[in-house]
Amino acid sequence: MPKPQPVLDPAGIPPWWRDRRVIPWLVQGVVALLLLVLIAFLLGNLVHNLTARGMLLSWRWLGEPAGFDISETLLPFDASLPYWRGLAAGLVNTFRAVLTGLIGATLLGTLAGMASFSRNGLLRGLTRAYVEIIRNIPLLLQLIFWYFVVFLSLPNGTAALQIPGLVLAKSGLYLAGFSQGMEWSLPQLINGVWQAPWRLSVEFAALLCGLIIYSGAFIAEVVRGGIASVPKGQWEAATSLGMDWFSTLRHVVLPQALRVIVPGLNTQYISLAKNSSLAVAVGFTDLYSVAETTLNQTGRALEVYLLLLGAYLALDLVISLVMNGLNRLVQIRER
Amino acid sequence: MNPLLRRLRADLFATPADGALSLGLIALFSAAALGLVQWASQKAQWAVIQANSTLFAVGRYPEAQQWRLWLLTALLTAATGLSWGLLRSHPRADRDGQLWPRNDRLVLGLLAAVAVWLPWALRLAPALQSRWWLLAALLAATRWLAGRFGSHLSRPMLRLFPLVWPLLYLIGMVLISGGLGLMPVSPSQWGGLLLTLLSASFAILLCFPLGVLLALGRRSDLPLLRWTAVIYIEFIRGAPLITLLFLGQNILGFLLPGGLAPDRIWRAAWVLTFFAAAYLAEAVRSGLAAVPKGQAEAARSLGLSYPQTLLRVVLPQALRVALPAMVGQFISLLQDTTLLSLIGLLELLGVARTVMANPEFLGHNREVYLTLALLFWTCCAALGLGSRALEKRLDPQTLSRSATRP
Repeated sequence: MPKPQPVLDPAGIPPWWRDRRVIPWLVQGVVALLLLVLIAFLLGNLVHNLTARGMLLSWRWLGEPAGFDISETLLPFDASLPYWRGLAAGLVNTFRAVLTGLIGATLLGTLAGMASFSRNGLLRGLTRAYVEIIRNIPLLLQLIFWYFVVFLSLPNGTAALQIPGLVLAKSGLYLAGFSQGMEWSLPQLINGVWQAPWRLSVEFAALLCGLIIYSGAFIAEVVRGGIASVPKGQWEAATSLGMDWFSTLRHVVLPQALRVIVPGLNTQYISLAKNSSLAVAVGFTDLYSVAETTLNQTGRALEVYLLLLGAYLALDLVISLVMNGLNRLVQIRER
Repeated sequence: MNPLLRRLRADLFATPADGALSLGLIALFSAAALGLVQWASQKAQWAVIQANSTLFAVGRYPEAQQWRLWLLTALLTAATGLSWGLLRSHPRADRDGQLWPRNDRLVLGLLAAVAVWLPWALRLAPALQSRWWLLAALLAATRWLAGRFGSHLSRPMLRLFPLVWPLLYLIGMVLISGGLGLMPVSPSQWGGLLLTLLSASFAILLCFPLGVLLALGRRSDLPLLRWTAVIYIEFIRGAPLITLLFLGQNILGFLLPGGLAPDRIWRAAWVLTFFAAAYLAEAVRSGLAAVPKGQAEAARSLGLSYPQTLLRVVLPQALRVALPAMVGQFISLLQDTTLLSLIGLLELLGVARTVMANPEFLGHNREVYLTLALLFWTCCAALGLGSRALEKRLDPQTLSRSATRP
C-alpha cells in the first residue's frame, strides 16, 4: 500500500506554487496576461478594420456642417452649423430633461413615499398600487404610451383641453407665465394657434411624464424605506407633544430619514439621467438622438460612441458629486 | 359594532378631512374603473390583437416549424409540473406537509381558467384552443403525479432532478434554432414573446456566474483583480443601456476579426448579458458584505481551501441576502429587453410597432400597448412574488425549523 504523499517536503517548506507570498503574484500575473492579450487582440482588430475602411480615429468631421435640423433647442441651431454645435444642443436638451425630471420625480416620489404612511388606508393602498404597477412595466413602453396614446391624441385649436393657466393641445403644452413685458399672461388662441409665455413640445412633455412617473415610483420606495427606518418612538413622541401628522413628518421624521434617503436617491437620479436617453423613442432630440443621426450621416461609429460615453459618464459624475455633498450635509455631525 | 365596519371607520373615516379624502378617492376610482371597463368592452377593438396573436407570440417563425415551439412549451409545462409536485411531496415546516395547499389549488385553477379563456378570447382556431387545454391538463397531471409519487423517489434521483432545467434549456435552443436534423430557423425569424423571453433568459443565466466573479473580484485583496472589476462595473453602470446596444451593433464588428461577429440578435443578447452582469455584481457584493468575516476565517481554520470556503460557506449566505436585489435586477433585465426594439429587433415591442404601422390597424395603439403592459406586468409581478416566496423558504428561521423536525 503506497504511503500518502506529504504535502510538505521533508524540510517543512511548501513547494513554491503553494507559498502564500507567491500565489497573489501568480494569480495577478495570469490575469494581467489574459487582459493584455484580450486588449491587444481587440485593439489590433479595431485598428486593422478601421484602416481597411480608411476610418481611423479623427475629429475633423466635427467641424463640418451638420445638414440636419433639431426641432427644439435652447442653444440656437440650424442645418448649416457644424456637428459639434448639434451635439452640444443635444447635450443641453438632455440636461433640460434630466433636471426637470429630477425635480418632478423627487416631488412626486416624496409625496407618494409620505402618503404610504398616511392614516388613510385608501391613500396607502393607492400609493402601493402606483408603485407596484409602474415598477413592473418597462419604461420604454410607458414613454411610448404617453407619447402615442395620450399626447398625440390631444385635440388642437379650440377643442384643446383647457385648465386655467394651462392648455393641453396636440401642438404642445402651453403654460401661463410672465411674458417679456413682465406681465402675467395666460395662453391665448390667436388665429387658431395657441400662444403662451411657456410652451413645451408634446415630445418633451411625454418624456417628462414618463420619466417623472417611472422614477417617482422608485423614489417613493426609497423615501418609504427611509421613513420606515426612523424609530416608531419618534412618531409617538412628536404626537404626544401635540404635533399633527404633517408637521411630525416634516420636522421630526423626514430630517432623520434623509440620512437613509439621500444615498438611495443618488442611485435613482443616475438611473433617471441614463433613462433620459430613451427620449429617442418619443422623438425628443436629446444627446443620444443627435448622436444617432450623426452616426448615420458620417459613419464615425467609434468617435460618436466615445463622445456619448464621455458625456453620460460626466453627467453621472456631476450627479454623484452633488449628491455626495448633500449626503455630507444631512449626516449626523459627530461632535 | 361590526369589526369590519370599525376597521373601515378607522382606516377611511377617522377625521372629517380623512373622510372627504376617502370619498373623493372612491369617486375618482370608480369613475376611472367604470371608464376603463366601458372602453375595454365597448369601444376597444381587440381585432388587432386577435389577428396578430401569432406574430406577438413568435414573430415570423416559419409556420411549418411551429410544432417545435409547441413541443418545447409542452416540455417546459411538464418540467414545471414535476418540479412543483416534487416540492410539495416532501412535507416541510413552513407548509405543514399539505399536498394541495390552498394557494396551489388557486394558482392551478387560475392557470386553467386562463388556458380556456385566453385562446377563446383571441379567437384561435379550435385545434389551437384544444392544445392550450391539453397543456393545462398536462400541468395538472404532472403536478399530481409528482406530488403523489414523489416521496417514493430515492434521494439521489431527487438531487439530480434540477439538472432537468439546464438540459431543457439546451434542448430548447436546439428546438428553436434547428440543427441535429431539424430545419434551421435563422435568428432573424425569431420575434415577439419568444425573442423577449429568449434574450432575457439567456442574459439572466449567463450574467449570474459573471456577476458573482465580478463581485468576488471587486472584494479581492489583489489590486489588479479589484481594479479590473471596478473599472468594468463602473464603465457599464455609467453608460445607458442603449449606448451599449449601440456599441454592440456598430462597433463590435470592428473589434473582432472579419466575419467572426455574431448575428445581430446574439450581439444584443451578449450586450444584455454583460450589462446585467455589472448590476448583478453590485447586488452580490452587498450580499458578500453582509457575511461576517468570521465565517470565512472559521472555514479556513477548519482546513477548507479557498474555493471550498467560497462555495460552501460564504456564497450560500451571501446569495441568500442578495436574493431580493438580484431578482430586482432580473426583473429590470426583462423590462430592458424592450430596448431591443430601438435597434430594430422584433421583440414584443418591436412587433407591436410593426403591427401598428400596418394601415389596417391604424389608430388601435391603445389596445396593443395595454396588452403589452399587462403581459409585462404579469411576468414581472410573478417574478417578484416568486422571489418573495423563495426568500421566505431560504430564511434561516424557516430552514432551522424544518431541520429540527424529524
